[in-house]
Amino acid sequence: MASDAELRRPANCGELFRAFNRLALQGFGGVLPVAHRTLVEQERWLSAPQFVELLTLGQVLPGPNIINMAIIIGDRFFGWRGALAAVAGLLLVPMVIVLALAVAYQQQAAHPAVAGALRGMGAVAAGLILATGVKLARTVRGNPMGLPACAAIGVATFALVGGLRWPMVWVVLGLGGLGMALAWRRIRQAEAAR
Amino acid sequence: MHGLSWTDLLGLWAHFMLLSLLAVGGAITTAPDMQRYLVGQQGWMTDAQFTAGVAIAQAAPGPNILFVAVMGWHVAGVAGVLATMAGIMGPSSLLAFAVGRFGRRRADSIGLRAFTAGLTPLTLGLLASTGWVLTAPVRGEWVAALLVLGTVATSVRTKLSPMWLIAVGAVAGAVALQPR
Repeated sequence: MASDAELRRPANCGELFRAFNRLALQGFGGVLPVAHRTLVEQERWLSAPQFVELLTLGQVLPGPNIINMAIIIGDRFFGWRGALAAVAGLLLVPMVIVLALAVAYQQQAAHPAVAGALRGMGAVAAGLILATGVKLARTVRGNPMGLPACAAIGVATFALVGGLRWPMVWVVLGLGGLGMALAWRRIRQAEAAR
Repeated sequence: MHGLSWTDLLGLWAHFMLLSLLAVGGAITTAPDMQRYLVGQQGWMTDAQFTAGVAIAQAAPGPNILFVAVMGWHVAGVAGVLATMAGIMGPSSLLAFAVGRFGRRRADSIGLRAFTAGLTPLTLGLLASTGWVLTAPVRGEWVAALLVLGTVATSVRTKLSPMWLIAVGAVAGAVALQPR
């Protein structure tokens, strides 16, 4: 692992753009693992602890983790121009590819085999997202709120958003706010008991 | 398509800006509300188109957020892409920029821990909702149910690249999930 002394800097915004573009194009079904390889191991712009720290920050902020990380990394090196270059690198070329695929699908959607293939891919997409949930659910055991409260909030969220189709804003503010208040209380109690 | 008025485009942009700030578990957790808005409330796309959009974005390289660009494209072409992408990226990106520059790093503070821990069950519920909403076009098809469950089991237990699973889904779907 590279120590801080061995870290490099990108030469300019163009190098930032190219590195983020390269890692985006290698990332099928998630860019984060490739991001670690490119930024920490190959380019050595970040140490491993710096990467984890930025990832944590990116996860706490709303929006896509990798975009948030790209903004912060780009800004650290070259200010707002760096942030723009990094995000453009991540999005520009992949967006052209995705839209080309979308156009191709629109033109062929009447073909039964194509429509069927997309239905199958949609089922897998649903499965991939549910799997993310299953992996995240494993972390609930260490949650300061305890299992019953976590389960209640999770099930209520699913019932309101997935089942009753309530607007998400009220559910996030209500149940998310409730969760944060409860977690806050439990963490304070645990600290006081120590 | 492409027939959205300026008012519609502004509404689209505003709705996605709101979702940008609500995307606490990543952009995909806001998909149920996008479906509610685009399919249910406005009737700008069908369930099949919505799910296909997410599937196309997952099959292509790049950040998963690009499914939002596909939604915009379906609804209003280039103008739709600009409205949805500027909406979903704008507020969260500005926040990330500000926090990265001015925020103090205190990952161990009680406030931050309470924030992360408190939102985990909400994120779980939203991910489950997203999975459920995406199965809308194929509910009741046993092949699709097998694909969903097989994908969950495989990705939880192995490190197989999602690309292979999507390829399996495409082949199985082309054969056994053609619309009737």
